[in-house]
Amino acid sequence: MSKITDLTATELKAELDKKNISPVEVTEDYIAAAQRGQEATNAFILTTFDQAREAARQSEARYAAGTARTMDGLPIAMKDLYCTKGIQTTAASRILEGFVPQYESTVSQKLADAGCITLGKANLDEFAMGSGNITSAYGNVISPWSGKDPANAARKLIPGGSSGGTAAAVAGRFAVAGTGTDTGGSIRFPAAITGIVGIKPTYGRCSRYGIIAYASSLDQAGPMTRSVGDAALMLREMAGYDPKDSTSVNTPVPDYMEALGKSVKGLRVGLPREYRLDGMPAETIGVWDKGAQMLRDAGAEVVDISLPHTKYALPTYYIIAPAEASSNLARYDGVRFGQRKEGIDLADMYEKTRGAGFGAEVRRRILMGTYVLSAGYYDAYYRKAQRVRRLIREDFIKAFNVCDVILTPPATSTAFGIGENNNDPIQMYLTDVFTVTLNLAGLPGIVVPMQLCADGLPMGLQLIGKPFDEMTLFTAASALEKEAGFNAVPPFVG
Amino acid sequence: MSIDIETAKKIASLARLKIPEAEEQQVATDLSRILEWVGQLDELDVAGVEPLANVNDNTLGWREVDEVTDGNQPEAVLANAPSKTADFFTVPKVVE
Repeated sequence: MSKITDLTATELKAELDKKNISPVEVTEDYIAAAQRGQEATNAFILTTFDQAREAARQSEARYAAGTARTMDGLPIAMKDLYCTKGIQTTAASRILEGFVPQYESTVSQKLADAGCITLGKANLDEFAMGSGNITSAYGNVISPWSGKDPANAARKLIPGGSSGGTAAAVAGRFAVAGTGTDTGGSIRFPAAITGIVGIKPTYGRCSRYGIIAYASSLDQAGPMTRSVGDAALMLREMAGYDPKDSTSVNTPVPDYMEALGKSVKGLRVGLPREYRLDGMPAETIGVWDKGAQMLRDAGAEVVDISLPHTKYALPTYYIIAPAEASSNLARYDGVRFGQRKEGIDLADMYEKTRGAGFGAEVRRRILMGTYVLSAGYYDAYYRKAQRVRRLIREDFIKAFNVCDVILTPPATSTAFGIGENNNDPIQMYLTDVFTVTLNLAGLPGIVVPMQLCADGLPMGLQLIGKPFDEMTLFTAASALEKEAGFNAVPPFVG
Repeated sequence: MSIDIETAKKIASLARLKIPEAEEQQVATDLSRILEWVGQLDELDVAGVEPLANVNDNTLGWREVDEVTDGNQPEAVLANAPSKTADFFTVPKVVE
């Protein structure tokens, strides 16, 4: 057997089932790896090793009793946006420092019920607002891929955001899998540039109950893993209707594991011509073309499609998401939970509390959202963006008349360095150009690692599916994974 | 659309968000640039297009039975209060 931390979740579960290893051994190995990983990457805001050890003992008892569950004994990272009962949850914001939820999010509860062991609360961009994990009040996350390029060994790379802590832990092999959330690309972009798998399911597939809200009509939970099979295993546990979230959809959750390894013969794969941007690195286009060829070789039919409103997706997102955020974040007022700064009266207390508690990017989005919802501007900005959102969704509906899945790049280039690209907020917003369209349309999307580029850094591809058709996505993704055979590890792992 | 300092301060006040005086100009500049950028949407004719607020057209279901499922946990509700007295949140005086 290989080193425990080198195994995928599916492989590790098989070893546990065969009693070749015990959950306590697995957890101890992962705790040791996570301690080193934390020093190198700052992937966790809080580690929960004591609770992990206790959970491992309980898992061990279940294996001994023959009552082990589907993910029993698998150590994961939990994005610190999921409320965890009795364990500090911050959303990477100063304003929630010391906040201890009195209830558990539905998805984290489901994973605990499946036997998962949480190693800690993973770092993220503050309130999930960012693409580089550089807006956290608890420090930047450094990609485990940093130092890969010998010509640029001192360059500290972003792991992507907002789910950057989870991406670093999974790619750096100090969590076997982890949770993310995706509002505009926060699972898929970090997955793409750290060489792991990430899926944003259809809006409504997972419950949002207990996940700290950013933009409620766009937010979705999803797994981040080292293989497509692991993502299927984990999403099967995370998905499902929840009476506590009225936007979760009451439709059966299929067994995603059954989609793996099926033939893609006859599958129609659309390539949207609008995703071929001017000035995009030739290498990004090259990976895309290669992916299309791999699916063609496996028997799929590749078709040219058009998504004409693609260029309007980012401006639409940067009206709708801040508008929803300004409303959602009104609750942080220093009265019921979180930090408070005293003031001379109530309004002064609110203003000081929020001014001191929120970082610059969160403040910017709250102000932007407040403006586009204010009297006189609501129709010109917010209503207009909602109308364009429908056009974007209709583009996809039309495209799915001629194809079953869509293949695109998930990012314009490989990881950039911390401190690069972030003097201008709009420059950073452009990072999500290929991911944000799916959130607006509510569609599922999965990122599969493909290859290392000339700079030694990983790049993946994104597959987009019809609403609630994650099965076809998993089939196509597993075909792509098999053809690509990506097995590179970051220098942190050695 | 350009945002001047006065407008920026008004938005900040609507959002109950204190901006340090030294940052007001930067905030106004950033917001102006973002608004100009999202102004691209004006290229599109959206007359007659219904706004989309919810991709799944969800509606709230009816409760099957009207019963209490949760509640009566003042300790949990107050557990994270920055300031409290007995079973109440406390705030600065609002009535003279």
